[in-house]
Amino acid sequence: MAAIWYFLRSTIGLKVVMAVSGFFLFGFLVEHMIGNLLFFLGPDLLNGYAELLHASQLFLWTARSVMILAAGFHATTALVLYLRQRAARPVGYRRTRSRTFSYAARTMKYTGPLVLVFVLFHLAHFTLGWQVTPAPFVEGDVYANVVASFQHTWVAVVYVVAVLLVGFHFIHGGHSLFESLGVRHPRFDGLIRTVTGGFAVAVTVGFVALPCAILFKLAGG
Amino acid sequence: MNVVLMVWRQENRDTAGRLQRIEAKDISSEMSFLEMLDVVNERLILAGERPIAFDHDCREGICGSCGVVINGTAHGPRRGTTTCQLHMREFHDGQTIVIEPYRAKPFPVLRDLVVDRSALDRITAAGGFVSASTGSAPDGNAIPVAKPKAEAAMDAAACIGCGACVAACPNAAAMLFVGAKISHLGLLPQGQPERWMRAEAMVAAMDREGFGPCTNVTECAAVCPKEINLSVIARMNRDRMAAVFLVARRSPRGDTA
Repeated sequence: MAAIWYFLRSTIGLKVVMAVSGFFLFGFLVEHMIGNLLFFLGPDLLNGYAELLHASQLFLWTARSVMILAAGFHATTALVLYLRQRAARPVGYRRTRSRTFSYAARTMKYTGPLVLVFVLFHLAHFTLGWQVTPAPFVEGDVYANVVASFQHTWVAVVYVVAVLLVGFHFIHGGHSLFESLGVRHPRFDGLIRTVTGGFAVAVTVGFVALPCAILFKLAGG
Repeated sequence: MNVVLMVWRQENRDTAGRLQRIEAKDISSEMSFLEMLDVVNERLILAGERPIAFDHDCREGICGSCGVVINGTAHGPRRGTTTCQLHMREFHDGQTIVIEPYRAKPFPVLRDLVVDRSALDRITAAGGFVSASTGSAPDGNAIPVAKPKAEAAMDAAACIGCGACVAACPNAAAMLFVGAKISHLGLLPQGQPERWMRAEAMVAAMDREGFGPCTNVTECAAVCPKEINLSVIARMNRDRMAAVFLVARRSPRGDTA
């Protein structure tokens, strides 16, 4: 046990925590996106799916606990790593020039907290049922709630921007999680970057489709 | 050619530093970067001023002593090149060249461009060696080493410990250096008995010195004068993870668990 704890406090152990918790968070996003796409198959399927998720309180709270733990570990570990980064270079350079121009990597510290803020708003909006739009929140009628909300431009815009931030976060996080777990080889780097980049684009497009379809009155009318 | 230098000047580790503007006139484009600094220093001495302090030794790109940040890039604009092997023909007439020391908490500035890099030596001392007595050189092919492993170990062993990876990393991480040391011994048969202990001890030493964590930004490999591959970092991560289970630990009673 002591050996594991000693490892987890090292910079490499902390990165492993980031990678594993990030993997769980992204896995949830894939599941969430597939659930969202049921919207296009009609209210019965979407509401039925929501009902299914709530069928067992044990299952629901187990799943929720895993996500809360993953998010908690991801955020606190990110903070610890960020503070170590700051401490490692107290005096900066007058001039810096990047050779790799990895914008996604360098903006992780901004995209991460912004996504967290959005997730809190999103939970308040669709899970706790805060009335962010004039239409009343109907418990259980996911379809109606979604349609009523995304007719408002600002709700749709906030959602789309947040999803783009998540996608950008995953452009770096996707291949980075493999590297942190020690999976890197010149022969496979291209493949890993292509597959994780493809996943980032696919999930982003999947999430953006729903609010855009409602806002532009292509579905849910 | 004439260039304008903006050089970091700092008396010692306790005083604040500043960038000093120095005009370097009639510089030959055939000079190396350090020879240009030598010429500038001669002129400073003649003018009764203190010369610019900078680290250098072999001046043929293999010792790892030299290394400054030139216009924001460790070792300057030419890839795969140490500062001493950089020539003034890489710059153009009239150019302003900003020269700064490596910046990291474990690399305190001693004077001007000279930083104390002994933190890297302490990491090596924590496990970057083979402690088994190996006697005289073994007969050729007495210890079989597969060609790809021998090549990968040699690539990692090319690290000269200059610290450019730390200087270029936005987090001041020393992962490429430590990864290179762990890989070059971990790939060879002689390094196997201490492989897991080495990974654990060197990573612990790296953290103790205050180097930052890796965020896979890959700036380190882009400035490495020996072009060490990023896969050494992945190997270090794997070895450190495996060390959790493979390092023999002493129980409180003294026997190994």
